Amino acid sequence: MYGATFGEDQSQTGDEVVDAVGLEHFEALIEQDSRIEPRDWMPLAYRQTMIRQIAQHAHSEIIGMQPEGNFVTRAPSLRRKAILLAKIQDEAGHGQYLYSALETLGMSRDQAMDLLHAGTHKYSSVFNYPALTWADMGAIGWLVDGAAIVNQVALCRTSYGPYARAMVRICKEESFHQRQGYEALVVLSRGTLEQRAMCQDAINRWWWPALMMFGPPDGQSSHTAQSMAWKIKRQTNDELRQKFIDMTVPQAEVIGMSLPDPELRWNAATGHYDHGPIDWDEMYRVVRGDGPCNQQRLAHRNQCHDEGQWVREAANAYAAKHAPRAAEGSAA
Amino acid sequence: MTSASGESAATGQPAATDQPTASDQWRLYEVFVRARRGLSHHHVGSVHAPDAQMALRNARDLYTRREEGVSIWVAAAADITASSPQEKDSFFDPAGDKVYRHPTFYDLPDGVQM
Repeated sequence: MYGATFGEDQSQTGDEVVDAVGLEHFEALIEQDSRIEPRDWMPLAYRQTMIRQIAQHAHSEIIGMQPEGNFVTRAPSLRRKAILLAKIQDEAGHGQYLYSALETLGMSRDQAMDLLHAGTHKYSSVFNYPALTWADMGAIGWLVDGAAIVNQVALCRTSYGPYARAMVRICKEESFHQRQGYEALVVLSRGTLEQRAMCQDAINRWWWPALMMFGPPDGQSSHTAQSMAWKIKRQTNDELRQKFIDMTVPQAEVIGMSLPDPELRWNAATGHYDHGPIDWDEMYRVVRGDGPCNQQRLAHRNQCHDEGQWVREAANAYAAKHAPRAAEGSAA
Repeated sequence: MTSASGESAATGQPAATDQPTASDQWRLYEVFVRARRGLSHHHVGSVHAPDAQMALRNARDLYTRREEGVSIWVAAAADITASSPQEKDSFFDPAGDKVYRHPTFYDLPDGVQM
């Protein structure tokens, strides 16, 4: 899916050396709607944009395991526990697919993880909000995974081949993530008054962070224009956000829950739902590190990595112990 | 490499260093999966592992969580020889002017079933 990094390293370091033939080939591929592959020449800024975006995406999958991991022992039934475990395993897998895509650009997985652990690399700010009740597991699946899927479906046609291939696989696997969340909320919405209130409360807390996942409005987005020109992005932040809102409002109506925006209403003229203003100051605050859980998420990730050191060492020791035997086997 | 230094005064976390960590030495393996009997193995992605046996297990966990395969091959990426994108044109040129290798090259009388 990713691979094809073998052969001499084409990645550039330091100052950009523009290869005129390479640039012409790159621009022709973009123009033809073809894909850029790892060993093609690419502008340094394209490589850096892909590294930034894929790394942030990979880290988001890994950090995104935490809110749900916290609920595995508290899931209300064995069925829900099995579902939650499968979803968390998928997130670990999706992180790995994305780190593989990242490696084709010249950044190793270990390097990327080090940068995450040091707080240098970002992950999606939505994971810096706390998951307080069981209903949050439903709201995260429905709204957070729902928003992620809208983003990721658009990225299946992104111009960097390994990233696009990872997205196709991730989208296939993730549709159950959103469904299981919505289903959990359906159950709560048919429950007692308290369960219904818990359901509504979780939706109220996750709605705005989910909308912020699409990034700043098009006018303020520093990357959108260049990313659209390079066909990394196929639709703008605002277009994708609107698509998500239009999909989600009717789903809320089916379970008899409201969305916490008094200005949300159907606009027959545009064929879309209008929505109220999004608190971008809050988004930038959380991105900068002042969200409710930034420190906790990063500290936990570091702790898990450190506590896993013995497993990596044991794997090395096991491989070293079996290496001579394997060599004998192949010689015989 | 294009990464930043890894220094972060803001978080107080240890800065990333150039020191290799344990898994840094793990080889990259390319993974090929046979979806079902009758089909060939197809490249699906890659994994890191300290040896080939563990690469197989990692590949099972990563690429066949939904019964996507009945057989897996792993091959060390370093052992794969690839054609170079720079030679793309000259390397594949010999096939370029041999359209007579395709059945559509041949004129057949109208109405003949073949």
